[in-house]
Amino acid sequence: MSDPKITEDLIAAHGLAPDEYAEIIRLLNREPTYTELGIFSAMWNEHCSYKSSKKWLRTLPTTGPQVICGPGENAGIVDIGDGQCVVFKMESHNHPSYIEPYQGAATGMGGILRDVFTMGARPIAAMNSLSFGEPDHPKTRQLVNGVVDGIGGYGNCFGVPTIGGEVRFHPAYNGNCLVNAFAAGLADTDKIFYSAASGIGMPVVYLGAKTGRDGVGGATMASAEFDENIEEKRPTVQVGDPFTEKRLMEATLELMATGAVISIQDMGAAGLTCSAVEMGDKGNLGIRLNLNDVPVREVAMTAYEMMLSESQERMLMVLNPALEAEAKAVFEKWDLDFAIVGETIAEDRFLIYHNDRVMADLPLTKLAGSAPEYDRPWVKTPAAPELQPVPGVDPVDGLRALISSPNYAAKQWVYQQYDTQVMADTVVAPGIGAGIVRVHGTPKMLAFTSDVTPRYVKANPVEGGKQAVAEAYRNLTAVGATPLATTDNLNFGNPEKPEIMGQFVGAIQGIGAAVSALNMPIVSGNVSLYNETDGTGILPTPTIGAVGLINSADDLIAGQARDGHIALLIGETHGHLGQSALLAEVFNREDGDAPAVDLTAEKNNGDFIRANHSLITACCDLSDGGLALAAFEMAENAGVGVTLNSDDTPTLFGEDQGRYLIACDFDQAEALMVAAGAAGVPIETVGQFGGDQVKFGASSAPIGELSTLFRSAFAQSVT
Amino acid sequence: MRAGVIVFPGSNCDRDLAVALERAGASVSMVWHKDSRLPDGLDLVAIPGGFSFGDYLRCGAIAAQSPISKAVVKHANSGGYVIGICNGFQVLTETGLLPGALMRNAGLKFLCKPVGLRVETSDSAFTSGYSAGQTVQFPVAHHDGNYTADAELLKRLNGEDRVAFRYVNNPNGSSDDIAGVLSKNRRVLGLMPHPERAVDGAHGGVDGGGMFASLVNVMQSA
Repeated sequence: MSDPKITEDLIAAHGLAPDEYAEIIRLLNREPTYTELGIFSAMWNEHCSYKSSKKWLRTLPTTGPQVICGPGENAGIVDIGDGQCVVFKMESHNHPSYIEPYQGAATGMGGILRDVFTMGARPIAAMNSLSFGEPDHPKTRQLVNGVVDGIGGYGNCFGVPTIGGEVRFHPAYNGNCLVNAFAAGLADTDKIFYSAASGIGMPVVYLGAKTGRDGVGGATMASAEFDENIEEKRPTVQVGDPFTEKRLMEATLELMATGAVISIQDMGAAGLTCSAVEMGDKGNLGIRLNLNDVPVREVAMTAYEMMLSESQERMLMVLNPALEAEAKAVFEKWDLDFAIVGETIAEDRFLIYHNDRVMADLPLTKLAGSAPEYDRPWVKTPAAPELQPVPGVDPVDGLRALISSPNYAAKQWVYQQYDTQVMADTVVAPGIGAGIVRVHGTPKMLAFTSDVTPRYVKANPVEGGKQAVAEAYRNLTAVGATPLATTDNLNFGNPEKPEIMGQFVGAIQGIGAAVSALNMPIVSGNVSLYNETDGTGILPTPTIGAVGLINSADDLIAGQARDGHIALLIGETHGHLGQSALLAEVFNREDGDAPAVDLTAEKNNGDFIRANHSLITACCDLSDGGLALAAFEMAENAGVGVTLNSDDTPTLFGEDQGRYLIACDFDQAEALMVAAGAAGVPIETVGQFGGDQVKFGASSAPIGELSTLFRSAFAQSVT
Repeated sequence: MRAGVIVFPGSNCDRDLAVALERAGASVSMVWHKDSRLPDGLDLVAIPGGFSFGDYLRCGAIAAQSPISKAVVKHANSGGYVIGICNGFQVLTETGLLPGALMRNAGLKFLCKPVGLRVETSDSAFTSGYSAGQTVQFPVAHHDGNYTADAELLKRLNGEDRVAFRYVNNPNGSSDDIAGVLSKNRRVLGLMPHPERAVDGAHGGVDGGGMFASLVNVMQSA
């Protein structure tokens, strides 16, 4: 069988621009082979090379005394004391999930779990941030049902608790849903594994499932816009097998304990190509592979297909040859493939043999390091037009509009499809605020949250970027956690459009400022661009996943509001209604600026909550829906009523930042007032919990009636 | 009490179950599915939740054919105690140690939430710590927990007082609201809800602790 001739069309079909192809010719001094063209396209696409985003990602704060490993490895690593660390990352699987929701979302989970256990960490928590089109759009229900089913199908079988996430709906996602999967694992600080190969002539070992033709070209597909021919892309989506992944995790962790692993890398996007090149490049070594030794599940696979397959549940490692027998025994125990497929070499070459022929012979460092990098033109997002007057609403009617929208309704329809308790360490399951798991066998706990308000980012990328971080900070703070670090999943439209690139740049600036001020550096992340269909982009959606540490149950804030509790508001209220949930859900308007984020106030208010945690029974951050929605959620969660003194629309529904609502008894409230006075933190009494009514000023409704609405609206929208 | 927790490659509640048993005072050994015999002197065999062999087809069907399952059947047939939780219950029905079958949930979706259960009999080593009619709360987490039995089997289970737990609000369509059943000799229990996820106030409540305490008590006085 002869390879196709390289033509302009073939180059374009590989997502390579003419100048990028010219660069390949320059690097090689010859025309690439077909397999080599595929390898370049896999390495140089946006998804793998970050060519449009790298320049800006470099500006993000990524270091701190708590950071063991920042971006660049499979996942970030943060110290949690006592010789242990948390390993985490968030990654998108947007394009595959839109094409094939179940498998797209399932393999998104698979990929992120592999990133975590590749580093030697056992996954202990997962989250998902999902953005869908409007509920009535003909594709939305199928996507919601498929994606949630896929996440559950994979995560439940694998055995990791899903403890948080987000689900939003907006017409801007009609043609491009977002599926951002987060996973975190636990490892011993002295038993972390990296991808850099070392030693010459060391065996390169293939582990896990066999290679098939699924996912060939997946990373290239994920770097392109969609059009009406989207159905043709279905074969580029991979198929997940969580049972194999579970065995691969157990076998990998067992293998690591034998001391046989020199370096290891999972096969994710661009499969064998990307993993082998990365291991060689990081270790300053060349790699030679013999594809005849690769375990395959289909006959007559070509070198091109094997190098570009994105078959799931596979790993590549460099083995300590002295322990080959022990390593092999572990994989036989778990009935997984274990094959030596190549070796590390001294020369800077990526050398691929198949059927005794050289199918690719590329300069490895250049393949990895010469990926084009663009300084894309960008324009600053213009200031949002001033907010037009907002009519007052009956406060309880306003609340009804929010809680009957699938955006703000209870999400138990989603969370009940995920195993939230496996591993038996879940302290706070998904609901309102951060999810919490115990660090197994210790008094410590880890809190997790994922946040972004895309409306804000669109109106004002800088403040919106800050706000995503600030909200994550508040969600962690509200349970008593000290924020440690963040992972970012940056979902945007086509970066070749200056206004989209401007959103990206602005959001990065805002995120950078916030993670620096709030001491929660970015340790890992992922960029997903070209989220456009027929030229229409999504709302800019830089999802922030954040991790916080709770040293013991004494520091935890996880109580419930009770009858007679005072409702105390921390932070300043100005009544900012621009881009608010009320505006969107009640008036179908998205005007005005995003709320400004005062990072100093965020820090002070957060520190105040932590310092006074023993005086706080329950706490909730204020975000979408402002004081009204936070008060309702706290009351509903506790099964009591709530009375807020104000009936003023901006006071109740404004989305000023840096605020928390606290429930505590009278004595605690008095002590908090004194402490806040001393700390210079704004505090006010806004009402009290109790009874069976939700009362905002003179407007009221039974909590039971509102609770029924809140708990049924989501399912009604998506089933 | 000496307990052995069976580990299939896709078990994922094995550690949780071992922790719950140890917490109640049992000494626990983990038993690999490829072993063809159980450790000597076990008082209880515990089959945990999870997805034993991926369970892409009939849950527990492949696990029931594994070497260790033959040993478990032998243990049960000679009067040994066995508990199967969630996937473990599915495995027990596939081995024939317990009657009935676990079909896909009536709602067709995976369901994870705390549910109320009525203890139907205190006449077993598993439930002697509860009183009949008592309501307890355990979490469920399953896709295939719809216990299915024909009229004749239901009559037999009811007549022989072999329904151990019933759902207060049936979450999955199970026949007669059945959440857990006992073998004829009352020494094998299968149930879909997870008592091992309800042994710790910080995690999922404490109602499941009664089951493990009851087992340890019975074994110690035996």
